[in-house]
Amino acid sequence: MSCCAAATPELAADAAEAARLQEFRLAATAPRPGVHLLRLAAPDLRCGACIAAVEEALSSAHGVLGARANLAAKTITVEWREDAAPLSEMIGVVEGAGYRVFPLEEDSGDSADRAANRALLTRLAVSGFAAANIMLLSVSVWAGAEGAARDLMHWVSALIALPTVVYAGQPFFRSALAGLRAWRLNMDAPISLAILLAAGVSLFEVLNGGEEAYFDAAVSLIFLLLLGRWLDGAMRAGARSAARRLAQLAPRGAWVLLPGGERDYRPLAALKAGDRVLLSPGDRAPVDGVVEAGEAQLDRSILTGESAPVGVAPGRRIEAGALALDGALTLRADAPAAQSTLAEVSRLVAAAEDRKSGLARLADKAARVYAPTVHLAALLATAVWLLAGASPRDALLIGVAVLIVTCPCALGLAAPMAQAVACGALFRRGIMLKDGAALERLATVRGAFFDKTGVLTLGRPNVLSAPDLSASQAAAALALASSSRHPFARAVAGHLSAHGFEPVAALEAVREHPGSGVEAMLGGERIRLGAAAFCDAAEETQYADDEAVSRVWLRFGEAAPVRFVLTDAPRPGAAEAIGALRRASVSVEALSGDLEAPVRRVAEPLALPWRAKQSPQDKIAAVRRAGESDGPVLMVGDGLNDAPALAAAEVSMAPSEASDVGRAAADLVFTGASLSAVSTAYRVARRTRAIILQNFAIAAGYNLIAVPLAAAGAAGPLEAAVAMSTSSLLVTLNALRIGWGVDAPSQSGDRR
Amino acid sequence: MNVLLFLIPAALCLGGLGLLAFLWSLKTDQYDDLEGEAERILIDRPAAPPPPRKTGGDLKDRT
Repeated sequence: MSCCAAATPELAADAAEAARLQEFRLAATAPRPGVHLLRLAAPDLRCGACIAAVEEALSSAHGVLGARANLAAKTITVEWREDAAPLSEMIGVVEGAGYRVFPLEEDSGDSADRAANRALLTRLAVSGFAAANIMLLSVSVWAGAEGAARDLMHWVSALIALPTVVYAGQPFFRSALAGLRAWRLNMDAPISLAILLAAGVSLFEVLNGGEEAYFDAAVSLIFLLLLGRWLDGAMRAGARSAARRLAQLAPRGAWVLLPGGERDYRPLAALKAGDRVLLSPGDRAPVDGVVEAGEAQLDRSILTGESAPVGVAPGRRIEAGALALDGALTLRADAPAAQSTLAEVSRLVAAAEDRKSGLARLADKAARVYAPTVHLAALLATAVWLLAGASPRDALLIGVAVLIVTCPCALGLAAPMAQAVACGALFRRGIMLKDGAALERLATVRGAFFDKTGVLTLGRPNVLSAPDLSASQAAAALALASSSRHPFARAVAGHLSAHGFEPVAALEAVREHPGSGVEAMLGGERIRLGAAAFCDAAEETQYADDEAVSRVWLRFGEAAPVRFVLTDAPRPGAAEAIGALRRASVSVEALSGDLEAPVRRVAEPLALPWRAKQSPQDKIAAVRRAGESDGPVLMVGDGLNDAPALAAAEVSMAPSEASDVGRAAADLVFTGASLSAVSTAYRVARRTRAIILQNFAIAAGYNLIAVPLAAAGAAGPLEAAVAMSTSSLLVTLNALRIGWGVDAPSQSGDRR
Repeated sequence: MNVLLFLIPAALCLGGLGLLAFLWSLKTDQYDDLEGEAERILIDRPAAPPPPRKTGGDLKDRT
């Protein structure tokens, strides 16, 4: 978090750290008295050596009762004695082993998901057991068993099938009943009807000593459908929790301004009406309230779906969930978190992550009309065959076959399965997708803008040369530099503190001007640190170095400004990313707030058109203009001076080292140093779109072939069940192809 | 026919054993981290500390 207007500089550095620890504390639980349990998200876990390193480090730490790293979910769970070590030490141990950690969002939704998944697996196992054994018995009947032997097979099949239908068929029956109660026919209604009819007719036959029974169809249908459901759920759960953990959209606490001017970090549940909440850039408003001080651009896309930022000033009312993009605000809460839209926000956040793309929504709409149509078709088939003189049993069975075959499972799976697989493929390559719909937008992008600092460069500049400063000047400069999160400021601060200076405590009225610099008052004198124009320094045009070089100016009062010279290494993979985008006919441009010469140094080797000295407003304007004239725009930035631009672009990406704002405002976040993540994400997006369309074709094709066959009586219930499941399987397998061939030729095939 | 009266229950019992074994493995959380377990057998060091026991499977917040 960057500091707010009222903070003093060293509080800012500690405040961010304190807030971070508080977030962890709020996520910890106490399973037994005196014992703490903490689950952490650790995206850098990659292999067995990582597990060994983490568990070894933790188990040798004092007071640890148990530690486990989960490689599939990329989490670390640690349990320790409360009196033996503080929470910060546990985190320190893991980070000392070299792994970044974030608090894990463990809410009741997660454990409900796990319980539901387990129930699904149990039902799947039972129905699989039943289907296999009944098939065993059916084979002997097909092979020609007669008389008493056949009856025995049928009776044993009935004994196995009926409890199975009652137990394993529950998910479908419950869902169909719930739909019926709301006067709606959902997808599960024809399925339940098919199962019940098949089992019912077979039971009737068995009781009357008939020749054929269809228990195998009923139970196989249940098994195959449950299998499809489990696969779908497993993929989606993996994708969703990955995005949710790293995105960390919902805060667990907030800074409250106390009457004495101090600040206190409180859990959300403890916020009351009238509390004055401090929002830094990158924070989401935890409660509804009125702005008391500060101005900022807000991202309200989670509430309104509109990504265009909205400016707010004192007196404006904002709702919980709005994201402050570029300024600090003091908010007076209207209502406690429980009564404000907080639960609404969590729901909205979850909904945003599950938000379906246009294609998926289209499929949903089709599926809704489908169910009544399916029943009608089955009824029609039965009626026609009855009229044509078939026995009631035969006509009914043909109706059942039609019911089964017309199940729109394949259509319903087409888009979500592809999106879930794409999410997983991206996650394995270190790219976090926060919003499924964003991937579809990425596939349609026609232009891309790249920020310079932090995107085209690594964002870890070093100070090449520093001016001569007196001890008190250096102390003041260090305090000022520490108050900003801009990479240049951090580089200056790092350089000064490495030379042994301590920040001074008396800075007042600290203000950061995005795109220009940071200023404060010390003993009545104004100090400024930032761009040349901000400090009224003459620009220099002579650059002798090979690497991109930047200048940061420092000015005390009216004295002549002095300068720091910084270098920043370019990011690997930039050429590959830009080349790949260009080959796909996406126009690429660099936008930066820095001076021309450093931007030219970075952009020219990449043959990038570039624009320098862009203010945050200039960046938004450029994004909007390109969006209107050329088509959807991709913005890649680190959020420091371009958070509103990130929000305004159709799709945005940010590196994981970006500021909190950047990570919160961007649709995709990529870890790792290479910029080729951008082209990888683009390739995955294009591939996903193609595969969704293929899946629709498969689902439609299957229906066109299978429905006439079933209606004509050429397929019995069992064949129908197998055919329908095969189409779902085909759609799923096709979706799995998303991960193939999306890596650039130069990348190694490391799939972890 | 007499053979069938013996074989069918035998087949069902064996199948049932398989089902119970699967349900047991599910209950003891063996599917939580398939990748990690695969890697764990290759790690060459003293036994890891026991993983934290789940209490009721539901982590409740302290707030």
